[in-house]
Amino acid sequence: MAITGVEEGRYNLREFLAVNGARVLEDKKSVFVGTGLPIIATTLAQKTHAPNLLMVFEAGGIGPQMPELAISVGESRTFYRAVAASSMHDVMSLSQAGYIDYGFLGAAQMDMYGNINTTVIGNHDLPQVRLPGSGGANDVGSFSQRLVIIIADQSKRTFVNKLDFLTTPGYLDGPGARERVGLPRGTGPYRVITQLGVYGFDEKTKRLQLVSLHPGISVEEVKENSSFEILIPDKVKTSPEPTKEDLRILRQEIDPAGIVLGK
Amino acid sequence: MAVLQEGTGELIGWHDPDDARDWVLKNKSRELKDKTTSVKEAVSKFVRDGDFIASGGFGHTRVSMAIIYEIIRQKKRNLIMAGKTAVHDLDVLVSSACVNRVEAAYSFGHELRGLSPGSRRMVQTGQCKVVAETSNAGYQWRWLAAMMGLPFIPSRNLLGTDTLRYSSCKVIEDPFSGKPITLIPAAYPDVAFIHVHRCDVYGNAQIDSNLVEDFELARCARRLIMTTEKIVDNEFIRRQPWRTCIPFFVVDAVVETPYGSHPCEMPGMYYYDEDHIAEWLSLSRTPEGVDEYLQKYVFSVDCFEDYLKLCGGVKRMRYLKRREFLQEPMTAPWRKEG
Repeated sequence: MAITGVEEGRYNLREFLAVNGARVLEDKKSVFVGTGLPIIATTLAQKTHAPNLLMVFEAGGIGPQMPELAISVGESRTFYRAVAASSMHDVMSLSQAGYIDYGFLGAAQMDMYGNINTTVIGNHDLPQVRLPGSGGANDVGSFSQRLVIIIADQSKRTFVNKLDFLTTPGYLDGPGARERVGLPRGTGPYRVITQLGVYGFDEKTKRLQLVSLHPGISVEEVKENSSFEILIPDKVKTSPEPTKEDLRILRQEIDPAGIVLGK
Repeated sequence: MAVLQEGTGELIGWHDPDDARDWVLKNKSRELKDKTTSVKEAVSKFVRDGDFIASGGFGHTRVSMAIIYEIIRQKKRNLIMAGKTAVHDLDVLVSSACVNRVEAAYSFGHELRGLSPGSRRMVQTGQCKVVAETSNAGYQWRWLAAMMGLPFIPSRNLLGTDTLRYSSCKVIEDPFSGKPITLIPAAYPDVAFIHVHRCDVYGNAQIDSNLVEDFELARCARRLIMTTEKIVDNEFIRRQPWRTCIPFFVVDAVVETPYGSHPCEMPGMYYYDEDHIAEWLSLSRTPEGVDEYLQKYVFSVDCFEDYLKLCGGVKRMRYLKRREFLQEPMTAPWRKEG
């Protein structure tokens, strides 16, 4: 089954994911943004409930008011009408020092503790598929107070028991592990958004736990599309649907060419 | 002090800090002298087979493409490249077999445009080795340690991951906090290429955009080739010295190359040439396509000016300028439908 509204053609999956990504972010907080859907979701949040959301880009853009979709996190759109066009050393140092509330990333593979892989599929030295590597992901996952991850294709292949390569730290092997290895205290993954639901992490075990199901999706589907056991609480909410205004902003203002969101 | 963990990645470009100082004392002149030269001269003089190279800017933004294409034209070999969000530059250098080793932070991808078919194929067939992994902050702090004349810089990223296991970093117990801390080793590229908005004939440079890693990279590279949109008078620099982000004494060559970042962006001047990038992404799906691209855009022309003519000349550059200033609609010719 697909999400009801997608089935009915009211919006597409990417639009739904962008809206759910946006809803996680709060006003008057800072967010360190990765390429693709994270940029779209963050811009939508800024144009709806979070006008004072501070966007930070790894190449040095701080607090832009982006005029059109940025293709790269280093290009001129990322410091258009910004408060600063600075450097990577500056924004990474600010992140390490505690100025980033949310990090926002995509990923190829994730395990039950929210550790992610964006480096290789297969063996490191002669890989089946070579992916770009960490980029800024390891830094965002290490330094951001709360990490948000979007994976558009949850399946047994992407929700795995063991990652081919642990690029970016989630909760590593469980409670207390981040602090034990020396990562900043109190940081870690916060939400994971897929085509089936929105997830958080159980306070005690730091394992992935369902927070809300997308309309039309069942708990069974969530379980079937994972190699590891996902914790299911007694109460599961329904994920918010895009409003007409969300869709108007996404389609007319943020990505009119449908480059990320499609047509 | 006990070392808690050691990465197994190859330690690229590290030198003992005293050796690094000696090298600077012996090789970096403080003389205010005219360093203008040609792309051809700069590459043949400063890029040697086997060198560890690094390219400035970020991704497809503010990249010294004139130098990158010239390295291919001169068929330099066995280069090691810093994959510090290196995108088109790294992709063409790996695909053309100039670079056969990479230390990867972000490599083999074109951000929103997808993965790089050419350089990925070289890695997946063993023709290019990834000798170490790191992160973007991890890479730029390698430059920072080197520009500070230090053997390493401590940091709190990479910890607990395979990225660290495959890096050249070490982890020790911090004597102040008692917590584990990563030591990121210094890196001195043999030669770096940075494209700027303007500089004088001595190399004093201004950049009108985000600096990314270039403040640090310019200062740690042993040799620095600077390409510039425009050469300005030294008086112009001296009127606003606070705008100088790279001072002349770290610069070894200055080449005036208008549109020198094409097909990449130059902030405030011209945008990405998406059609050109799409052509490369499509051709580089096969080794024959890579050859076709290189034959057309690199080997059949003598210089960057002729390359620009092939890419549409003045008319195209004017369009890219309008795109930069939001006067033309976005295009994404590389986008896969569906």
